[in-house]
Amino acid sequence: MTALTLDAVSARYGTRVVTSDVSISVERGGWLAIIGPNGAGKSSLLKAVVGIVSHDGSVLLDGVPASSLSNRERAKAVAYAPQTPQLPDRLTVTDYALLGRTPHLSPLARERRSDLAVVSTVLERLDLGALATRALQTLSGGERQRAVLARVLAQESSLLLLDEPTTGLDIGHAQALLDLIDRLRHEEGATVVSTLHDLTLSAQYATQLLLLDNGKVVATGTPDQVLTRDTIERHYAATVEVLHTTSGQLVVAPTRESRIQT
Amino acid sequence: MRRSESARAVDASSAGHAGVNSDGHAGESPDRRSNGPGGRSGGRSGDDVRPTRLRAVAVVIAVVTLLGVASVSALLGAADLGWTRVVREVWAQLTGGTSPLSATEAAIVWEVRVPRVVLAGLVGAALAVSGAAFQGVFRNPLADPYLLGAAAGAGMAATIVVVAAPQTTGWVLGPLPIAAFAGAIGGVSLTWLLGRSAGGGTAVLLLAGVAVASFLTAVQTFAQQLNTDTIKQVYSWMLGGLNTTGWREVLITVPYIGAAAVVLCLCARLLDVLAVGDDEAASLGVNPARVRVVVLLAASLATAAAVAVSGLIGFVGIVVPHVVRLLAGASYRVVVPLSLFGGATFLIITDYIARTAFAPAEVPIGVITAFTGAPFFLLVLRMYRGRLR
Repeated sequence: MTALTLDAVSARYGTRVVTSDVSISVERGGWLAIIGPNGAGKSSLLKAVVGIVSHDGSVLLDGVPASSLSNRERAKAVAYAPQTPQLPDRLTVTDYALLGRTPHLSPLARERRSDLAVVSTVLERLDLGALATRALQTLSGGERQRAVLARVLAQESSLLLLDEPTTGLDIGHAQALLDLIDRLRHEEGATVVSTLHDLTLSAQYATQLLLLDNGKVVATGTPDQVLTRDTIERHYAATVEVLHTTSGQLVVAPTRESRIQT
Repeated sequence: MRRSESARAVDASSAGHAGVNSDGHAGESPDRRSNGPGGRSGGRSGDDVRPTRLRAVAVVIAVVTLLGVASVSALLGAADLGWTRVVREVWAQLTGGTSPLSATEAAIVWEVRVPRVVLAGLVGAALAVSGAAFQGVFRNPLADPYLLGAAAGAGMAATIVVVAAPQTTGWVLGPLPIAAFAGAIGGVSLTWLLGRSAGGGTAVLLLAGVAVASFLTAVQTFAQQLNTDTIKQVYSWMLGGLNTTGWREVLITVPYIGAAAVVLCLCARLLDVLAVGDDEAASLGVNPARVRVVVLLAASLATAAAVAVSGLIGFVGIVVPHVVRLLAGASYRVVVPLSLFGGATFLIITDYIARTAFAPAEVPIGVITAFTGAPFFLLVLRMYRGRLR
C-alpha cells in the first residue's frame, strides 16, 4: 500500500517555484531519501508535504489528498522534524516530547493520561528515560536529536519527514540515530522520508532515492540505480568513486584528481 | 545493532530504570508502540512521566504569599493607625462588634488602603501576565508591555481621551478603556511591524519598541499640553501611581483583567507549542498566526486596563515571569498562572515601599519598579548571553 504519493508537486514561495514537478510514490514501511546538491530544493519539497510551504500538484497521504485534511488531521498523518529545530532552552525533555501530542488534543484541552503514556513509552524507547526531566539546553548534540525524534514519534504519525536528521552528529552518532529510525520503521511499519546529504549513508539506509538538482528530479530508483559515478559527478560537480565494501554495501568515496607527489 | 549505539543504550536504560516505578506495566497503556519488540521495558504508565505542570503546592505557596503581603500592606501604612487596632477593626467588621478606630480612621483603611492594595495587586497581575504572554508570542525573553510600546500606546490614547472628554473618564464602559485598549494594540503592532521590516530578532524588536514608545510618549506629551485644565491630572498619572480613593478604579479594571487572565491561562499550552517555531507549530496542526492574534489581544487588554488606572509602570512584565521560570519551571502552563500571583505580590510590595519609604511624600511606583527592574533586565540579558540575536 502506498503511504505517500506526490503527483506533479511543485513547491513554491509565492510565485517563486523552488522544486518543480516531482512525482513519486513511497510504499508503507519504505524509506525515501531525497538527495541533491545544496540549494536543490530538498527541504522545500519536504515542507510542501507537511503543508508549511505552498505547492501545486497533489500530495496523497495513504491515498487521501492532503488538501482535504484539516491542519490537525494532517498533523496526525505526517510528523516533521526540521533541519535545525528550535529547542526552547529551558523546557524539559518530557515537556518537549509532549508537544508532539498537540494534534491529538483540541486547542484548549490538556493532555490525558494516555498522552503521557505515549510519551513515556517513546522516551523509554529512545533511551531518554534518564534525561526526561533535564532541560533541553543541557543535552549533547546526539541527545538533542533523539529528543527531537521523541517529539516526532509522540505524534504517532505513520509518515515521518526528517530534514537532515544527522546534522551536526559525528559518524558514530549519525549511524546510531539512523539505526534507530530504521528499527522504528521495521517495528512500526512507519514510512520515512528524509533528506540526507551523506550519499553513503543514504545508500545504506534508504530503500529508494530521489535525486534533485536545481529544483528538478534528475534520477529516482534504488541506491544502486541512482548513485552512479557519472550521475554524482554531473550533478554535484564532484569527483568520486562508487565502491562496494566486502559485504557488498555501496560507498561513495570522494577522490582527488591530482595528488602532490612526494 | 552497532557497537556504539548498544553501548549507549545499555548505559541509558540502566540509569533510566533507577527511578522507575516497578509497577510500570504496559497493560493499562493504550499505546500500540508498547507492543513492539523494541519496547524493552514494556513502557511505563503515564503516572511516572513528570511534565512541568502547575502543582497544587506552588499555587498554595503563591496564594499564601500574596495574601500575607496584602494583609501586611493593608495593616501598615503612612498614617500610623497601629496594626493591632486595624486588625480589631477588621474583626469588628466581620463580627459586628465595636471598632477601636474613629470614622475617619476606618475610612482610611476601607476607602484608601484596602482598595489601593487590591488595585496594586490587579495591576501587577495584569502587567506580569501580559509580559509573560508577550515573551511567548515573540519568543523573546526580554519582551514586556512597557518595552514593546504597548503601555505607551495605551497611555497616549488614554491621555487623548482625558484631554478631549474629561467628563467620561469614570465610566466603566466609557471611551477611556476602549481607547487604551486600541492604543496598546496599536503600539505593539507598530513595534512588531517595524521590527519585522528591519529584519526581526530579539534585539531589533526591542529597539523598534524603544522608538515606538518614545514616539507615542511624545504624542502624549503634546496632547496633554493642549488642555491646561487637565495637565496636572495627566501628569501625575503619567509618572505611574496607584493614588486611588474608593473602589471605582478596582471596579473599572476587574472585568478586563479577569477576562484577559482567563484567555491567557487557556492559551498557555499553545504558547509552549509556539516556542518550537512557526514551521514546527504548523506541522503540529496549530495555526501560529491565530494563536498570536488571540494572545496579543488578551495581553493588550490586560496592559491597557493596568495602564488606564496606574499610568506607566515598567519592568514588572520582565521581573516576575523570569523569577517564576527560575523557581517553578519554564513551561508557560506554569509561568502564565503563577505570574498573575507573582505580579500581584510584587506590585503590592513595591507600592508599599513607594508610599511609606519617604512618608508622607510618595515616590512614584514606576521609580521603584525601575530600580529593581532595570538591573534585573541586565541580569536576564546576561543569562541569555550569546543566545539572543
